[in-house]
Amino acid sequence: MTRTGRIGLKVGAWGLCLLPLLVLTYRALTDDLGANPISFVTNWLGQWSFRLLLASLALTPLRILTGFAWPLTFRRLLGLFAFFYICLHFSVWVVVDHFFDWDEMLADIVKRRYITVGMAGLALMAPLAATSTAGMVRRLGGTRWRRLHRLVYVIGGLAALHFLWLAKAGRQDPYAYAAILTLLLGVRLADALRRRLLAPVERGRP
Amino acid sequence: MLIKRAPDFKASEITDYRLYLNRRQFLVGAAALALAPSAAAAAAAPTGQPLKAGRNAVYSLDEKEKVTKFEAATTYNNFYEFGMEKEDPAKLAHTLKPRPWTVQVDGLVQRPKRFEIDDLLKFPLEERVYSLRCVEGWSMVIPWIGFPLASLLTQVEPLGKARFVEFTTLKDPEQFPGQKPSVLSFSSIEWPYVEGLRLDEALHPLTLLTVGMYGQVLPNQNGAPVRMVLPWKYGFKSAKSIVRIRLTEEQPKTAWEKAAPQEYGFYSNVNPTVDHPRWSQASERRIGEFMRRKTLMFNGYADQVGSLYTGMDLRENY
Repeated sequence: MTRTGRIGLKVGAWGLCLLPLLVLTYRALTDDLGANPISFVTNWLGQWSFRLLLASLALTPLRILTGFAWPLTFRRLLGLFAFFYICLHFSVWVVVDHFFDWDEMLADIVKRRYITVGMAGLALMAPLAATSTAGMVRRLGGTRWRRLHRLVYVIGGLAALHFLWLAKAGRQDPYAYAAILTLLLGVRLADALRRRLLAPVERGRP
Repeated sequence: MLIKRAPDFKASEITDYRLYLNRRQFLVGAAALALAPSAAAAAAAPTGQPLKAGRNAVYSLDEKEKVTKFEAATTYNNFYEFGMEKEDPAKLAHTLKPRPWTVQVDGLVQRPKRFEIDDLLKFPLEERVYSLRCVEGWSMVIPWIGFPLASLLTQVEPLGKARFVEFTTLKDPEQFPGQKPSVLSFSSIEWPYVEGLRLDEALHPLTLLTVGMYGQVLPNQNGAPVRMVLPWKYGFKSAKSIVRIRLTEEQPKTAWEKAAPQEYGFYSNVNPTVDHPRWSQASERRIGEFMRRKTLMFNGYADQVGSLYTGMDLRENY
C-alpha cells in the first residue's frame, strides 16, 4: 500500500471512530436524546465502546480467514478508541448519574455484579492502553507485551457479562454481542489448534 | 359535579399517531414554506381526543412536583406488546384499535358483566396527579383520568370467596406486533400479559381504572383504551389495554412472576429498602430532572396504603 493510501485509511479510521461521538454531540445540541438523556448517553457510549472492542478483536480472525493482514495496523487505534469511549461511559456514571456520591457507587460496585464486572473490565483496560505505544512494546519485550495484552480476551468476556447482567429479561442484543465475541474467539482458538496439529515439530524449538 | 360524557367522535377523526410523531418534520417543512403557518400549526398540535374530568385535589402531589411533559410520558415507556425498547410503543402503537372495546368482568362475582368502553366513560371521571415509579429506576408525574376500580367492582358484586383480582391485557399479534412469534426472538413474556392484586388492594381508593391522561383519552402507547394505575407499585403492575377483570380465590400468576420469579414478585410495591436482585431501588431519576432523588416507601403513598401490609415481611413478599 502506498504512503498516501495508508494516511488516507488512518484519517478515515479516525473519522469513523469519532463519528459516534459527533452524532451524540449533534443529538445533544438538537435536543434529540429522548426523555431520559442520561440513560441514553450512558448506553450509547457503552455500546460503542463494546462495538469498537469487538472490531479490534475481529482483525486477527479476519486475517486468519481471508489472509488480509493490513487491517491489523488499525488494531491499536480501535482498542484505544474503545478505551476512550469506556472512559466517557464511566465519567457519565460518576459525574452525571451519581454526581460523585462515592458511598453509593462503592456500594454498587460491591453489590451489583454487572457493575463489578464493568469496573473490572475498565481496570484491566487501563494497563493495556498505557502500554500501547511502540516504546512500551520495546521496554516490555514482545513476549511479555503479548502476554499482557491477552487480557483483552478477559476484557471482552467481562464486557459481555456486564451487558447481559444489566439488561432486562427478554432483551436480545446482549446475547448477540456475546455470540459475536464467542465467534471471534472461536476462530482464533480453532486456528491455534490447527497450527498445533499441523506443525508439531515447531513446539519443541527453543 | 363531575362531568359525565361519552365522546362523540369517530375513530377516523383521531389524528394518525404517525402524523403526530412526525410533527417536527412537518413543522420544519411548514416553516420552510412559510406560506400558511396557521394551518400548519393547527395540524401539528398534539390532538388526542379531549376528555374532560374535574381534578380531584385529594389526589395531587406537592406543588414542587412538576407534571412530566406530555411528550416524554407518551414517547418513553415500557409496553412490551409493542416491543422491548421504550421508544417502541410510540412508534408502533398505531396498530392498536382502541374502539370498539369490551372489558369482561367475571369470575367470583354475583353479576358478571361486559362493559363497552362507552359504559366505562359514563362512570364519574376524575383527574388525579400521581407519581409513577418504574422498576428500572426512573419516574414521572402524570395527570390520569379515571375512576376508582372499587366503583366498578361494586357493580358486579364480588362473592365472599373472592380474594384476588386478575387483569388480562388484549392478546392479538395483529394489533400488538411484540406478541408475534419469531425465530430470533425468545420473548420472556407469555402472552397475554396478566397482572393481579389482592381484593383489598383492588378496592383501595388509590386504585384507579384509567381511561385518559393529560386531558385526553389514553394514547394507544400508554395502554388505550383502559388500564390500571397503581401509584404505590412499580409501573409494570398497572396492566394496560385490559380486556378482562376476573375475581378469583387463588392468587393469580402474573406474567412477570412467570418470566422472572426471582426478580418480580406478586406485590412489587415500591420499596427503596428492597433492591432488585441486579440493581438498587434506593434512588430514581425523575424524567426531566438532572439529579437522582431518593425513592420513597410505597412511592410516597405510605400513609394511604401502609396499613394494607401491616405485619407482612416486605422482603419476603417483594
